[in-house]
Amino acid sequence: MAQDVTIFYFAALREQMGRESETVSMPAPSVTVETLVGELRRKDGVMDEVFAASPRLRVAINQTLATFQDTVRPGDELAFFPPMTGG
Amino acid sequence: MLRVLVQSGPFEMGAEMDRLSAGSDRVGGISVFMGQVRGGPDGLESLTLEHYPGMTEKVLTGLAREAVRRFSLIGCTLIHRVGTLVVGAPIVFVGASSAHRAEALAATNFLIDRLKTGAPFWKCERYQDGRRVWVEAREADDKASALWG
Repeated sequence: MAQDVTIFYFAALREQMGRESETVSMPAPSVTVETLVGELRRKDGVMDEVFAASPRLRVAINQTLATFQDTVRPGDELAFFPPMTGG
Repeated sequence: MLRVLVQSGPFEMGAEMDRLSAGSDRVGGISVFMGQVRGGPDGLESLTLEHYPGMTEKVLTGLAREAVRRFSLIGCTLIHRVGTLVVGAPIVFVGASSAHRAEALAATNFLIDRLKTGAPFWKCERYQDGRRVWVEAREADDKASALWG
């Protein structure tokens, strides 16, 4: 749907959330990641607890590393994950 | 030439080195880093590597392109394995070829430093006693990556 964004969770965060992805509605046509997360945490106790316990979470918008101050638009693909540990 | 692969299977070191010099008689040096699953007295059995399909390939390709530009490379190869890998198994191959050794050596360092903190991979350790532990990011890795500016 046009007003929706898809969210992916990875690694420890995926396990703590108990799901790997979900589709959520935007509270407004254009919001910051921080605002969107705030809205979602208000409605989702599990997410609120998990995000509160994960101060170093990273975010990607449309598969590019972003910040919590960046803007999310309808149709975007968001992802949240812990600091990366490849190599 | 750029070569970027994310795969569950192993890679062939010799064949990858050959590819790094193929197609150009200007190659004077090839530098390679291979990372593997480190065992130890704590009883680690295996690592499971998770990644973000799509973003991983984008990030690795961007890193390889940046290395080619920055160090005037002739060839650059990044191969990262995903899935479950036992102690001693190769995880990552970083290769760079250039006219002179300094560029290839520096590029290899640059690529592994940046890859560790910037590419969306996560390691989960499994121990002989059945424990599973997600690896925490190391501050030293962030610092090493930041040194490249």
